[in-house]
Amino acid sequence: MAGETGGSRYGRLLVSLAPLIGLLLVVGIFALMSDAPDQYLSVRNLRIVLAQTVIVALGAIGMTMIIVSGGIDLSVGSSIALTGVVTAVLLRDNYSPMAAIAAGVVMGGAVGILNGLAITTLKVLPFIATLGMLGVARGAAKWLGDQQTVNVPATWVNELAVTFPSPSWLLVAPGVWLTLMLAIVMTVVLLRTVFGRRVFAIGSNEAAARACGVATDRIKVAIYGLAGLFFGLSGVMQMSRLRQGDPTVAIGTELDIIAAVVIGGGSLAGGEGTIAGAMVGALTMAFLRNGTQQMGWPNYIQEIIIGVIIVLAVAADRVRRSRAGV
Amino acid sequence: MLALSGLRKRFGATVALDGVDVNLAPGEVHALIGENGAGKSTLLNVIAGALAPDAGTMQVNGAPYAPTSPLAARHAGVALIHQELSLCPHLTVAENVLMGLEPAHGGWLDRAAMRREALRLLESFSHPDLAPDRLVGTLPIAARQVVEILRAVAAKASIVLMDEPTSSLPREDVTRLFALIRRLKASGVTIVYISHFLEEVREIADRFTVLRDGRSVASGALAEVTNDALIAQMVGRPVDALFPDRAPAPGEEILVEVVDVAAPPALRKAAFRLRRGEILGVAGLVGSGRTETIRALMGLEPAESGEVRVHGRRLARTASPARRLAAGLGYLSEDRKGEGLALNLSLADNITCTRYRACSTRGWLRRGAQRDQTKTWLDVLAVKARSPWQAARTLSGGNQQKVALARLLHQDADVLLLDEPTKGIDIGSKVEIYRAIVERASRGAGVVMVSSYLPELFGVCHSLAVMCRGRLTPVRPIHDWTPESVMEAAIGG
Repeated sequence: MAGETGGSRYGRLLVSLAPLIGLLLVVGIFALMSDAPDQYLSVRNLRIVLAQTVIVALGAIGMTMIIVSGGIDLSVGSSIALTGVVTAVLLRDNYSPMAAIAAGVVMGGAVGILNGLAITTLKVLPFIATLGMLGVARGAAKWLGDQQTVNVPATWVNELAVTFPSPSWLLVAPGVWLTLMLAIVMTVVLLRTVFGRRVFAIGSNEAAARACGVATDRIKVAIYGLAGLFFGLSGVMQMSRLRQGDPTVAIGTELDIIAAVVIGGGSLAGGEGTIAGAMVGALTMAFLRNGTQQMGWPNYIQEIIIGVIIVLAVAADRVRRSRAGV
Repeated sequence: MLALSGLRKRFGATVALDGVDVNLAPGEVHALIGENGAGKSTLLNVIAGALAPDAGTMQVNGAPYAPTSPLAARHAGVALIHQELSLCPHLTVAENVLMGLEPAHGGWLDRAAMRREALRLLESFSHPDLAPDRLVGTLPIAARQVVEILRAVAAKASIVLMDEPTSSLPREDVTRLFALIRRLKASGVTIVYISHFLEEVREIADRFTVLRDGRSVASGALAEVTNDALIAQMVGRPVDALFPDRAPAPGEEILVEVVDVAAPPALRKAAFRLRRGEILGVAGLVGSGRTETIRALMGLEPAESGEVRVHGRRLARTASPARRLAAGLGYLSEDRKGEGLALNLSLADNITCTRYRACSTRGWLRRGAQRDQTKTWLDVLAVKARSPWQAARTLSGGNQQKVALARLLHQDADVLLLDEPTKGIDIGSKVEIYRAIVERASRGAGVVMVSSYLPELFGVCHSLAVMCRGRLTPVRPIHDWTPESVMEAAIGG
């Protein structure tokens, strides 16, 4: 028996490292195909990729929590647009940058709590509840922005997700550091707090958790609310990169975010998924995008490749899991 | 300790509880017996706070007790151990055992304390597969059940409700469980115990209450009643014979020949011949490879070597279940909810799906024919159902099992592969199922029947083989076996 446990532990390690191996493969293949591999692998390009990843990566932190709990959130793209517009409107009206950012993040949390309440009190499936919110939040963003982009004065908010940060000793944009820090914090929260284990318990077997006296409804609202804060932060980053609040931005971003979580080993059936994996998944997609652009391939090729990669990544994951017996 | 009086509960038009009175003393093991559908599970759910009664009162230690949720019941010291395992497969043993009671400081888990506490609990029920850090999803079923029981122990419950805790446990785990129950009992814990095995009930329980049609119809000390009297109370009429007359002796024609089939690690080697009209019993411990044998024959478990012939024609080793079904094999899963039935679909769809041909024209279902054929089978097996169009989910366990068997009968399979056909169902349903099996055999079908319940194997089979650690003994006529020799073969003596 001891050998069997050890074997499956080894297998689990392999399974959890697999997304990373996939990422290295993607980077390696593009470096080999590229005419100028040193350019593709340059610090400059790495900075570009990291800055591009911030929006999806922040969203993926929140989405990991939701997917581990057995849920889904389709309203993220709209939520990013709405929170970006909220931040932009406050900046335009000369509120302090901190207040504007806080308002965007809190708005994201509020959207998440509404999702959670719709799921728990109206007993609507997460897919449907957040599909509804996808429309509501997008509409609200357009309403708030008066159907136009909202221009903002130059503040430090615009520098959060730039490719070349100042001061230059930061190496990468402040948003990248923030994302990294939050990813570590949330990993610890998921693994080492009662709340975190409840998230896994609900995704693994909700009925069992409820029978053990876990307040599943309250925790679900908390999960969607907390994830919403991350989507709000994503929205702030989106606004920062565009340097304006655009109510029509980020259409379909939720699918990129879900793909990042799933490529990183998350299971839509719940109970499985890691934030580290989701970060690797987000990077994989960013490197794919960046690689195809560097190769000068047209956009449609890029879309086809990413679509195929998502399916292959998940299929490979299934095979590995059944081999490893985990 | 726990007193229930006049409990009533109805679901729409169905009366589940219709006046239940039970009184429990501290440190008592009280058996709740009755046919499936008699209201036992509903009663447990009411006590455990998952359902609110429509009428009646409950008291714990003389104080009124009206839990509004499972959490409230847990705070009052009441713990329910579910019939359907309710564990989180992605979490560890320790996390499952201590779920809802995790040692924590300000929301932060104290992993060391958690491990310590889990180890202490595991010690009282030493099981080779159980380690605090092992993922529950990788545990065998029997070990999972232990985890669930330990969860109630961890909650320091003063009233523990056990809904058929032994239905998937091998004998040595049953012995361990009973030792644990006796220890709980000695410490003053009251246990309400549901089981279909009267022998088991006698072994562990002091007093009993019989439920019939949602009413408590009899109670008393187990030592003072006979099994026959209990059964009579359960079904509301005396049961003369549990088993029908044996099917006529099998013919000479070989229906199925299984030559050294192996699907390691669970199934190392199985070989037998099944004749027309023969009912072949397969005994053995849970986990000995019986289920894997049946599944390998049906193509649900990849066989590594060996040969299966049906009607003298060899089946390709990789033949799909659909092809095997077309060759005349029919399969009844032991996992009724997981793969036996489509619980959300209607009885009609469940019963006719393996042979839609009988009720369709060029791919178009004929609803009338489907309804009539379903009704016929519901009548044949005495299924208690309102309509062929109701969802399988709405039936009690025993009636669901009859529906699962009805599908094989409708399929008109030549060879019935039955895995635990009467697991967890009431006596009345068992009688109907035995009758149907024997009737099929006497009309020329071959039956392989895997069972953990020896009396039924001796009651209906012509011949028997025993599975032990993945190997099937040679088949011998049923008269050559005794319960003792079966047990000896099963434990590899």
